[in-house]
Amino acid sequence: MNSLSRRRFLKITGTTFGSVVAVSTLSSVVKGAKKVDEKVIGNASKGIQKIPTYCDVCFWKCGAIAYLKDGKLWKIEGNPDDPLSNGRLCPRGTGGIGAHFDDQRLKTPLLRKGKRGEEKFVEVTWDEAFEYIAKKMKKIKADYGPESMALFSHGVGGAFLKHLMKAYGTPNLTAPSFAQCRGPREIGFELTYGDVVGSPERTDIKNSKCLVLIGSHLGENMHNTQVQEFAEAIEKGASIITVDPRFSVAAGKSKFYLPIKPGTDMALLLAWMNVIVNEKLYDDEFINKYAFGFEQFKYEISEYTPEWAYIETTIDPELIRETAREMARYKPATLIHPGRRTTWYGDDTQRSRAIALLNALMGNWGKKGGFYNPYNVNVPGYPYPEYPKSEKGAADNPHHKYPFAEGEKLSTGLRDATLTENPYPIKGWFVYATNLTQSLPNTQETIDAIQKLDLMVVVDVVPSEIAGWADVVLPETVYLERYDDLNTAMFRESFVSLRQPVVDAPNDQKPNWWIAKQLANKLGLQKYFPWKNVEEYLDTRLKSAGLSLAELKKKGVIKGQPEPIYNDANNEPEFYTPSGKIEFYSHQLKEAGFDPVPKYIKPEQPPAGYFRLLFGRAPIHSFSKTQSNKYLSDLMDENELWLNADVAKRYGVKNGEYVKLKNQDGVVSSKIKVKATERIRTDCVYMVHGFGQRSKMYRKTFNKGASDSQLITKYKTDPIMGGTGMNVNFVTFEWET
Amino acid sequence: MNEITTTRHNHLIDPVLHAWSWEIPIYLFLGGMVAGMMLISGYFLFKGRHKEENCSCYYLPYISIVLLSIGMFVLFLDLEHKLYVWRLYTTFQITSAMSWGSWILVLVYPILFASVLLRPPKFITDKFPIVEKWRNDFLEKPSWIKYLGVLTMFFGAGIGLYTGVLLSSLGARPLWSSSILWLLFLISGLSGAAAFVHVIAKDAYERMLLAKADNAFLIIELFVIALFIIGLKTATEVQASAADLLLVGKFASSFWVFVIGLGIVIPLFIQLLAVNHKIHHTPLAPLMVILGGLILRFVIVSAGQHSHWFALN
Amino acid sequence: MARYGMVIDTTKCVGCQDCVIACQTENNVPDGFCRDWITTEAKGKFPTIEMEIRTERCNHCTDAPCVSCCPTGASHYHDIGGVILVNHDECIGCKACIASCPYDARYVHPEGYVDKCTFCIHRVEKGEDPACVSVCPTHCMHFGDLDDPNSKVNKLLNSRNHHSLLPEAGTKPNIYYLK
Ligand SMILES: Nc1nc2c(c(=O)[nH]1)N[C@H]1C(S)=C(S)[C@@H](COP(=O)(O)OP(=O)(O)OC[C@H]3O[C@@H](n4cnc5c(=O)[nH]c(N)nc54)[C@H](O)[C@@H]3O)O[C@H]1N2
Ligand SMILES: Nc1nc2c(c(=O)[nH]1)N[C@H]1C(S)=C(S)[C@@H](COP(=O)(O)OP(=O)(O)OC[C@H]3O[C@@H](n4cnc5c(=O)[nH]c(N)nc54)[C@H](O)[C@@H]3O)O[C@H]1N2
Ligand code: SF4
Ligand code: SF4
Ligand code: SF4
Ligand code: SF4
Ligand code: SF4
Ligand SMILES: [Mo]
Repeated sequence: MNSLSRRRFLKITGTTFGSVVAVSTLSSVVKGAKKVDEKVIGNASKGIQKIPTYCDVCFWKCGAIAYLKDGKLWKIEGNPDDPLSNGRLCPRGTGGIGAHFDDQRLKTPLLRKGKRGEEKFVEVTWDEAFEYIAKKMKKIKADYGPESMALFSHGVGGAFLKHLMKAYGTPNLTAPSFAQCRGPREIGFELTYGDVVGSPERTDIKNSKCLVLIGSHLGENMHNTQVQEFAEAIEKGASIITVDPRFSVAAGKSKFYLPIKPGTDMALLLAWMNVIVNEKLYDDEFINKYAFGFEQFKYEISEYTPEWAYIETTIDPELIRETAREMARYKPATLIHPGRRTTWYGDDTQRSRAIALLNALMGNWGKKGGFYNPYNVNVPGYPYPEYPKSEKGAADNPHHKYPFAEGEKLSTGLRDATLTENPYPIKGWFVYATNLTQSLPNTQETIDAIQKLDLMVVVDVVPSEIAGWADVVLPETVYLERYDDLNTAMFRESFVSLRQPVVDAPNDQKPNWWIAKQLANKLGLQKYFPWKNVEEYLDTRLKSAGLSLAELKKKGVIKGQPEPIYNDANNEPEFYTPSGKIEFYSHQLKEAGFDPVPKYIKPEQPPAGYFRLLFGRAPIHSFSKTQSNKYLSDLMDENELWLNADVAKRYGVKNGEYVKLKNQDGVVSSKIKVKATERIRTDCVYMVHGFGQRSKMYRKTFNKGASDSQLITKYKTDPIMGGTGMNVNFVTFEWET
Repeated sequence: MNEITTTRHNHLIDPVLHAWSWEIPIYLFLGGMVAGMMLISGYFLFKGRHKEENCSCYYLPYISIVLLSIGMFVLFLDLEHKLYVWRLYTTFQITSAMSWGSWILVLVYPILFASVLLRPPKFITDKFPIVEKWRNDFLEKPSWIKYLGVLTMFFGAGIGLYTGVLLSSLGARPLWSSSILWLLFLISGLSGAAAFVHVIAKDAYERMLLAKADNAFLIIELFVIALFIIGLKTATEVQASAADLLLVGKFASSFWVFVIGLGIVIPLFIQLLAVNHKIHHTPLAPLMVILGGLILRFVIVSAGQHSHWFALN
Repeated sequence: MARYGMVIDTTKCVGCQDCVIACQTENNVPDGFCRDWITTEAKGKFPTIEMEIRTERCNHCTDAPCVSCCPTGASHYHDIGGVILVNHDECIGCKACIASCPYDARYVHPEGYVDKCTFCIHRVEKGEDPACVSVCPTHCMHFGDLDDPNSKVNKLLNSRNHHSLLPEAGTKPNIYYLK
């Protein structure tokens, strides 16, 4: 998709720091900056020591300051200089020090003894582990070519392993953060605006006068800046409209709550646009200037009246009209949040496109309270030698089955390739910081794929489920004990932040940069790792941006020159779509055989006695990675099944009682405690993702609560970009007998 | 529909307060018994019944000392910070019932020892003849003995009402926030003690007297319980629902069956027959009264901790 | 004399428990215990529900039964801001104060003495906010002197509807919740 490449071109032109002096003055005007500057590193033996770093309990990367008391890790707080945290971490970040103290951590490298998945291992030295891996990787390269190694890596920690794999010669690098997460949203916006929403999202929530949350359960979804801005909007009296089958925390903050029937959001979106267009409530000037194919769009949506939508969504037509007018009242400072984990029903790119178009009607692109224009600083990459070219190309999307699967690789696509050997066999998986049995739908497929491998390496910090399936398990230091690559994310302010060790690793755990470098040596790829150690790597990059590691080690975060983030008369928005405009009608989609304007598809309904399985976040946990953190598990060590109180009565299920769930394919979950509540519809149940883990080595979390992943045997793949819709499974109860 | 959920999960506090288990009820029960016995033996002293060879005022002090000491030991067992127990006696906290209690107990011992002097154990008089001399001086002064009787009754009453005030002063528990809990515990202590003395008394007159008295006490106790309940029911909503814990709630069975039925009504009935010579006196009824008194303390202490200002469940 | 208290905006609180975890790390609260906690109250029938989320802790009551019932004086009014504190080495662990607290704000520390929220007096004396207040990602908690008419907390109380917990218990709590 040409628009994509053009966007990337624009992406790399980040701002500079100007003179370092200018920067430090800039950063020290930030409230609290003094505190940070006073920081003294060294003399770990006595008193309080403050060391800045950035958090890794999720992918938001908040700037933080770790406190040591007499050399021992005490607490961690937000770094006041950091625009992502504004000096305040989310509960997972605050409890993050638990990762260092976790008594369930992997201590040394492990080599598989029994069958795959039996979780029988022997302890080996790092050198033995590397020897084993290198031998297998060389053989795979010889027998099948380098492309037959795939890297599943989630998070900044994987940076050095990605580099290693590119040097090795494979293009098959992926993560569950695209096809299982943001993919449909990014492609939906890409197709409409020629640009993505990105992470952190470019949503100007704090300035929104009207905020529409469609599923986005901010407050449970604890992406720090999003929640902070959400609260700021509430304080400023923003009108909040929440659309959710469950009475979420956000719903409790809302002026309007729309208890939608799961899977019918597209109908609501179309009806909203129908009202706004019919009543001419949209931003006329903006549309005239920037809209492409608006007339066809108008015609296409004319049939979707609120009365029609009512049948689908169960939302009262008047409420649909009222909320549509409410949005229009505050435009352009009205933001329809694009969501994040948009992999719901398989028609997700089109739903995201509908959201993009509804936003366009508000004329909020590049406007205060809408979508701002993010930017970042330009810290050049390390001058590495060219990577070898792969003539086979990636295996995740053979023959462009999913024409718009662009930007990132499809994790599930690589899984399919491994299973089917189409377009070519995948014989080795390198898995870094991603618990694939929890994060990819249909665990069995993942396991079957693993069974076809010659090599399965997992780099983890605890004996996670996926580690149980590995041939080699490599124990990494946790984020508080290591350097990682710099964070220069695009945001409303530009900055560079550093992750650096604040304490030593308790055992023989090693950081990923060291692992990558050692393995490179064994693979004869030394030339790709010219730096002596990670400090040298970081310093080289920083020097080329006029900064230094020494300075960043002190400050943790350094901001770049401020730039305007809103459009105005002499700074018009640009859209990197084929038409150069916002595409209400998409020829790209038409040509590829898809609806050029979003249409509604009826979702399949649960059979009698079954309920749609919904899932989401708890504020104090990250996916399946925090369940053994003592601070977080102390507050929540199992998930609950949200069940409508009346349904519970009807089925004679008591609040607090344990039940098992059976899904449409007969898969039965481990037992889960019922939360009988008024806060959810009668046609669905809800649980927090990440629990019910079945790694026996991981005692503390074994079968604590139930696993949504285990029950997600069915998934609907988005034909446009290959995202896996996961809200399509139905469950019923089973009582212990 | 009102869903209230809390994330608090503190040991001894959640899901419902259970900071006090068996120790405190035992302590309150023994305190009550001692209170009753002191009132009785004090009364006999006051009436000059020490002239009677078998007057119970000669052995009740011994029993009181023993029970009181057991009670204080049990209380000590309940302390979480035992090594610091001496802190009780480096201060007097005028607003704290417990502080009052611990000081009263200290004063009670000398009085009990004084009554012991009326007929000190032989091994002591053998060792220290001087004690024998004190005793004689003592017996020569009837007024002293009257005073001792009054003091004994006074402090007996003190302990009795203190065991009630200890709870009712803790405003946080609706069930306990009653102005007559002290009276309930005092009268129940009396009935228990009377029943006890009635069984062990050597003196026929005392046995008869105490049987009669006990019936009176039991009848009064029924009234006091009624007042206690009505008081709560007619007070705030939370206090009413606290009363329901006893009447219809979690503790109803133990309250109606053991406290009211087996603890008061049935023994009262038996003893009424007995004093009217319809049947013979047996230790059965008194035993039931005493156990009833014990269970009363358990019920009030546990139900009190269940009762809460938040009109939860 | 100052009277320290909190004013908490329930319209902003999302119940994330950051305040709970920050308290545990700041004050080395023993594993499995908490000095503050979250209460969620949902009234009504789906989909018309009224929800209030509150962060709760010791109310540092002006008429504190936990102080008046304490036989040793271990529980006392601190001379700064009327904060209620427990003197560890005067506490005998009799638990009268626990039974006397209508808010169940106290617990027995594994070391034997009774423990609870201190309003982070060690931070407040240095001019910092309590840990829970300064961590809150929604900025919904405010700490200050309720006796000072110009304090932020008082300004908030004067400008917004608010309620405190169990005023009927008669302890004069010093934490207020904005609606
Ligand atoms: N059923 C279901 N599936 C989902 C989702 C869902 O809600 N439900 N959510 C989807 C979304 S939105 C996303 S973004 C993905 C997330 O999916 P993942 O990125 O796989 O997230 P986790 O499940 O937390 O797996 C993280 C793994 O990394 C390990 N780990 C933690 N810290 C470190 C470290 O410092 N170093 C190393 N080497 N390993 C570490 C953890 O132990 C854990 O095994 O899941 C997707 N899949
Ligand atoms: N604490 C915490 N916060 C996190 C994470 C975490 O692990 N922990 N992960 C982060 C990541 S990577 C992501 S992607 C995000 C994901 O978080 P979000 O993108 O905000 O939420 P989703 O996972 O898409 O959906 C969950 C919500 O959607 C509602 N829902 C379910 N089905 C439907 C439907 O058909 N229609 C509508 N309108 N609503 C529906 C559910 O009731 C629930 O409230 O969270 C991020 N924030
Ligand atoms: S949002 Fe929370 S967990 Fe994620 S990086 Fe920020 S502080 Fe850490
Ligand atoms: S940290 Fe703030 S938002 Fe989170 S629960 Fe506590 S008070 Fe509420
Ligand atoms: S809340 Fe409880 S512990 Fe705190 S001062 Fe009031 S009564 Fe005492
Ligand atoms: S437990 Fe400690 S603080 Fe509480 S009343 Fe007893 S002595 Fe006082
Ligand atoms: S004020 Fe301090 S002690 Fe009290 S709850 Fe907040 S953090 Fe904990
Ligand atoms: Mo995600």
